[in-house]
Amino acid sequence: MTAKIKAAIIGPGNIGTDLLIKAMRSDVIEPVWMVGVIPDSPGLSRAAEMGLKTSADGVDGMLPSMQEDGVQICFDATSAAVHAENSRKVNARGAVMIDLTPAAIGPFCVPSVNLDEAVAAKAMNVNMVTCGGQATIPLVYAVSRVQTVTYGEIVATVSSKSAGPGTRKNIDEFTRTTASGIESVGGAGEGKAIIVVNPAEPPLIMRDTIHCLTEDEPDQDAIIHSVRKMIAEVQRYVPGYTLKNGPVFDGKRVSIYMEVAGLGDYLPKYAGNLDIMTAAGLRTAEMYAEQILAGDFTPTAPVALEA
Amino acid sequence: MMNLAGKKVTVHDMCLRDGMHPKQHQITVDEMVTVARAMDDAGVPLIEVTHGDGLGGKSVNYGFPAASDEEYLTAVCKEVTNTRVSALLLPGIGTVDHLQMAVDCGISTIRVATHCTEADVSEQHINMAAQLNGLDTVGFLMMAHMIEADELVEQLLLMESYGANCVYITDSAGYMLPDDVTARVELARRELKQETELGFHGHHNLAMGVANSVAAVASGANRIDGSMAGLGAGAGNTPLEVFIAVCDRMGIETGVDTFKAMDIAEDLIVPMMDNIVRVDRDALTLGYAGVYSSFLLFAKRSAEKYNLSSRDILVELGRRRTVGGQEDMIEDLALDMAREAGTI
Repeated sequence: MTAKIKAAIIGPGNIGTDLLIKAMRSDVIEPVWMVGVIPDSPGLSRAAEMGLKTSADGVDGMLPSMQEDGVQICFDATSAAVHAENSRKVNARGAVMIDLTPAAIGPFCVPSVNLDEAVAAKAMNVNMVTCGGQATIPLVYAVSRVQTVTYGEIVATVSSKSAGPGTRKNIDEFTRTTASGIESVGGAGEGKAIIVVNPAEPPLIMRDTIHCLTEDEPDQDAIIHSVRKMIAEVQRYVPGYTLKNGPVFDGKRVSIYMEVAGLGDYLPKYAGNLDIMTAAGLRTAEMYAEQILAGDFTPTAPVALEA
Repeated sequence: MMNLAGKKVTVHDMCLRDGMHPKQHQITVDEMVTVARAMDDAGVPLIEVTHGDGLGGKSVNYGFPAASDEEYLTAVCKEVTNTRVSALLLPGIGTVDHLQMAVDCGISTIRVATHCTEADVSEQHINMAAQLNGLDTVGFLMMAHMIEADELVEQLLLMESYGANCVYITDSAGYMLPDDVTARVELARRELKQETELGFHGHHNLAMGVANSVAAVASGANRIDGSMAGLGAGAGNTPLEVFIAVCDRMGIETGVDTFKAMDIAEDLIVPMMDNIVRVDRDALTLGYAGVYSSFLLFAKRSAEKYNLSSRDILVELGRRRTVGGQEDMIEDLALDMAREAGTI
């Protein structure tokens, strides 16, 4: 494929940089801008070396020329606190916003579950839930597409080194947003999310446990089949998404034990929790890009927000 | 031992929170009310009432309780006159919404608990609690044996900086020996503000609960957790009636009636036990290998289900440096061990 859709990354930190490295390999996305707020930050310098335009004036530094530069997709890898403002600004200039923060002002997108729907809805802002959500919601859905799940619960254990200051300052946002995604995307009647931070050295690879309670006796064969299929689906964008044990069936409880290793692009391999966010964000952007390239979707500034 | 006569210590009973672990979270509202009234009558100043894993602990992972935190707290708070009620909150499990609920139920004290190296995940919860008028706000560092005194104190100072008026050194694994307690408490007392209270929470897995608590008081702690008859995770908490009797002998003032404390233990708590909480082989292994005490029953259950030794499971959990909250790791590990043994 020759044509690519131009993209901007807001936030040159760990997530933004890992995303940049992944996006450079994409067949349909071409990163052209990296935006930060700290002049000479390592993330901005690296992006500049890779040939991107950069600004340390935040999104405002890119706005005057972003349309001219052809930016149609933006990724926000900053924080929930500034996301809404960033989104409003780039939407007003006709770019779709892929939200990697927990702000969740747009619909949730978990690529292996509802990417088609999210893209078909032509939403100008989609949210990637949380790292724990990306790692577990596909498997809640894998059970709930077989039979009714009254309750879905996930436990995400991440290494201390991979839990950044943003997550730590607002850990409640993780539990709330993930629980909400377990319900609305995973299809569980009630959702519950737990996160545990473990400081062991060497750092542990992200672990995720998914517990579902089914309304009726679980159809074991159908669930095993559905879970395997879903894992293969997620592995298309996160190759280190691995079933450790299960599904375990105990009465109406179905438990699945996962490990998520990253690709080790910029972030270390143990930080599967961060990798699955950047991989899911990029996968989402690629689907949008394919729609745009096929002429099925033209991102447009929402009239109400045009300033 | 230095002379501690005249020293004042606030004892904090754990039966209705840590005691939820050996009871698999099945203590009824009525039992809680009965125990709380007796604690009030005996002069126990502070009791904790929550799911064993804190507010919002209700889950497949930790166990579904007989009643909700809200039902327990509402019932107990209105039954006590002088005794104040605390709730526990582990960020990552419960949220500030749970905290607000507990405050609305009438708690006087919130204890925000994190793993000993991860104090910064408690910032939003301690901040909020400290801003609520008059709420006694406690930071609680679990598995404190896993790091050295100086590292631990750095984390305690973080909790103090977020607004905690009291911080705790918590021996969740019942691993510490009196010298370990002394080193940590002494340094903490030196580094914290004078007005910041300092507490110690012990487990009795090496039968050191009372000795460690006395060492903590001698080194400058003024709050001590325990539970009547030791009803708590692992081999239980520091048996509070024993600690109170020892304090009595040493002239340490707890304000609790020693005989009434003994009666609560013997007449109310022991009859509630599904199994006698004691230093059995597995509980001893927790203390010996440095494993989170609440893992005990999970390891026993997985051992039975997959035909393994619960001691082997616990030792491996210690070797992997698992932390509080990782109960989901136990069945996962047991499956790995069973596969290796060729039994599944």
